[in-house]
Amino acid sequence: MRTAAETQERVRAGLSRRYRAERRFRAYGMAAIAVGIAFVLFLFGTVFAQGLSALRQAYVQIDVFYDPEIIDPAGNRDPDDLVVADYQSLVRASLRERFPTVEGRPALRELYGIASSAASVELQRRVTADPGLIGQRERLWVLADDTVDMFLKGKVSRSAPEEERRLSDTQLGQIDALKSQNALKLRFNSAFFSNGDSRDPEQAGVRGAVVGSFLTLLITLLLSFPIGVGAAVYLEEFAPRNRITDLIEVNINNLAAVPSIVFGLLGLAMFISFFGLPRSAPLVGGLVLTLLTLPTIIIASRAALKAVPPSIREAALGIGASRWQTVVHHVLPLAMPGVLTGAIIGMARALGESAPLLMIGMVAFIVEVPAGVLDPSTVLPVQVFLWSDLPERGFVERTSGAIIVLLLFLIVMNAAAVVLRSKFEKRW
Amino acid sequence: MSPSIVLVLIVALAVLAFQIGKARSIAVAGGPRHTRSLHSLPGHYGLLTAFWCVLPALAVFGVWVGFQDSVLTRLVLSNMPAEQQSLPADQLGLLLNDLRNVVAGNVPASMVSDPVRQAASDFLRLQHVAHLSLAGVALGIGVVALLWARRRIRPELRARNEYERMIEWALFACSAVAVLTTLGIVLSIVFEAGRFFGTVPITDFLFGTNWSPQTAIRADQVGSSGAFGAVPLFVGTLLISLVAMVVAVPLGLFSAIYLAEYAAPRLRRVVKPLLEVLAGVPTVVYGFFAVTTVGPMLRTVGEALGLSVAGESALAAGLVMGIMIIPFVSSLADDMITAVPQSLRDGAYALGATRSETVRQVVLRAALPGIVGGILLAVSRAIGETMIVVMAAGLAANLTLNPLEAVTTVTVQIVTLLVGDQEFDSPKTLAAFALGLMLFLVTLLLNVIALYVVRKYREQYE
Repeated sequence: MRTAAETQERVRAGLSRRYRAERRFRAYGMAAIAVGIAFVLFLFGTVFAQGLSALRQAYVQIDVFYDPEIIDPAGNRDPDDLVVADYQSLVRASLRERFPTVEGRPALRELYGIASSAASVELQRRVTADPGLIGQRERLWVLADDTVDMFLKGKVSRSAPEEERRLSDTQLGQIDALKSQNALKLRFNSAFFSNGDSRDPEQAGVRGAVVGSFLTLLITLLLSFPIGVGAAVYLEEFAPRNRITDLIEVNINNLAAVPSIVFGLLGLAMFISFFGLPRSAPLVGGLVLTLLTLPTIIIASRAALKAVPPSIREAALGIGASRWQTVVHHVLPLAMPGVLTGAIIGMARALGESAPLLMIGMVAFIVEVPAGVLDPSTVLPVQVFLWSDLPERGFVERTSGAIIVLLLFLIVMNAAAVVLRSKFEKRW
Repeated sequence: MSPSIVLVLIVALAVLAFQIGKARSIAVAGGPRHTRSLHSLPGHYGLLTAFWCVLPALAVFGVWVGFQDSVLTRLVLSNMPAEQQSLPADQLGLLLNDLRNVVAGNVPASMVSDPVRQAASDFLRLQHVAHLSLAGVALGIGVVALLWARRRIRPELRARNEYERMIEWALFACSAVAVLTTLGIVLSIVFEAGRFFGTVPITDFLFGTNWSPQTAIRADQVGSSGAFGAVPLFVGTLLISLVAMVVAVPLGLFSAIYLAEYAAPRLRRVVKPLLEVLAGVPTVVYGFFAVTTVGPMLRTVGEALGLSVAGESALAAGLVMGIMIIPFVSSLADDMITAVPQSLRDGAYALGATRSETVRQVVLRAALPGIVGGILLAVSRAIGETMIVVMAAGLAANLTLNPLEAVTTVTVQIVTLLVGDQEFDSPKTLAAFALGLMLFLVTLLLNVIALYVVRKYREQYE
């Protein structure tokens, strides 16, 4: 038998060790949280650091003379001729005018390399819109090549060996000359938001992907919201407790944890192979994402319906409303903030999803902005995936830029969900 | 008349039916002042009429649109010269593809052979006829149903009950979509995987250690026999998931313990959503992060330590995947820890235990089944994760347990096998479905166990 004093002694002897363990344990917890938050900051930091420069783009100013000899030798202003005319030589002529001393094919090719091939497209667009320009002179800003862009942004160092920086010493001299004449500078990159995809980094934009994402999400929302809320209402308010409803419940819980790529396999085998729907179409993407987000929406809607106190239902039923009237007139409106929050979160998840869409062919290289739900298109996250694979430096920046656009959409959606929840959710 | 216009007309018919039904009910009641003699409100009669009118029309519409193209293709094909009809299956497929492209306007008619051009114009003509008759049949049935429903309207017709029963069925159908989805997944994957196992024995697939799915397109090509031993993929998947769990479980668990047991409510309110941001970031962003930042960083560190780290090492992919899973583990563990009754903690404190002793010896033990369940769910998520590994892990099937080397995973192979060329009968594409089946089964098993464990534990304290 140990006396109380002995026990106290033993406890006291161990105390400092135990307190040290306590402090250590606490430090582990704080360290874990610090590491987690550091990851968040690091992730966002790198993406924004790499991507913000995509908002600006190098433009070069050219004095272009719309030479009638070149664009309209026949002199009849025929729109069909104007479309196919050789605008590139106009751009080249204006560059030659600026650097009259440059001679010889290789040197000229380097000089021409300063402007993007988009410059001639821009001239074509202007002339076909207003044939009156022919024979006139105009000073305008056109896209510079992506190598120039990267150099201006400091991504290519002047001291790097000539063959590594993709710009020759003469080109650097020309760039410096243009800069000193104020004819080459970084301006807001509107092309990034108004263009579709392109093989040239300086011309590639997110518009096609944003529109594709929008169409896909529209289909998803139109299908998954009514079906999801309907299913939740049935399971919460109408379903008898029996085998079938149990089966449905277990099913929904399991579907919520099925890997998204499996939904892609389903979409490929069922919608494309069996029903013969077109590949790469937002319609199919929307169908697949509907199946993917349904469990999320159902689970969130059920929670919202469950939170409505039974007294509301009892009061409505007590004055003679039918079950359906109770639900439509009273329960559902009260649950709506929660239901909408769930729907927004489901949509945000669908917006960031890319794996199942790879399966149904939304990874094609598509330049045109889709005009309908049956047009081939891609979506923002898949565009990020496509660009991340390309070797050009310009695309690294654009990938981050596209990620920023994607994250902004997600932040807006999630913020809307938070506001909805805090503003309208009732505590009973 | 395109199907979408027919759909709009059907909706218009529904609105009309509502008005007719409502007006009729008021009429049979003997005027707007006498609607009390009706069993239900006039609006209910309107809704019932609209439902009766639209449902058959929509059913016809759905079936018609679903089968129209295949029926038309068969009709057109039977009109083609015998020479085309007797083509072998694969060439016939090409021909049909041409036909579809011409019909859709993707390919100008001048670019295809004469019989195809003829068939395409036949197809378009038939399609026109089909659309017109669809409009006629669907709207006709709608009108007939409308008239029938209108005749049924009597004061004693229990319109509200009838229409509510229909609603209930519609709601049931909504919730049945979930079951149908599962059924669709199982059927489509099992069917395609079954075709795969018809050519490659299942034992070769499950136990073979050589994976090189490149099969020849022509029979006389060299290296025509692909090898479909999936063991390297399973090992690679497990390796990357293991790395991810080694990162995510301690970080997630300790964050959850700190947030639940130590943190002041204000800190908790700030930190918890901040950590959950990690769960909301699209996986493609993590993939990009792994490729551009973590991979090169690991390489530099490895070089400094004198280790050779592959550019697409399992470590980089697993590390980033672990970061993604942290909030998943931490929020589930947090739920489980806060669900432990306060009385257990108070008991431990009363015996003189310190906070950490209470957490380790009482709270965690009580919450263990739930935490294990949560970790199982996280493992299933790691196994099924696709974009991070597609971007950051390798393509070559290396059978290794060294996380510094490049390995490939099940999901990476599914993506590489199915993105790009699409012939639905080569073992190469079918192998993707076999892999998908394995993925589905394993994650399903993990989920079922996890949900069972979690549910069982929850019941204990409620």
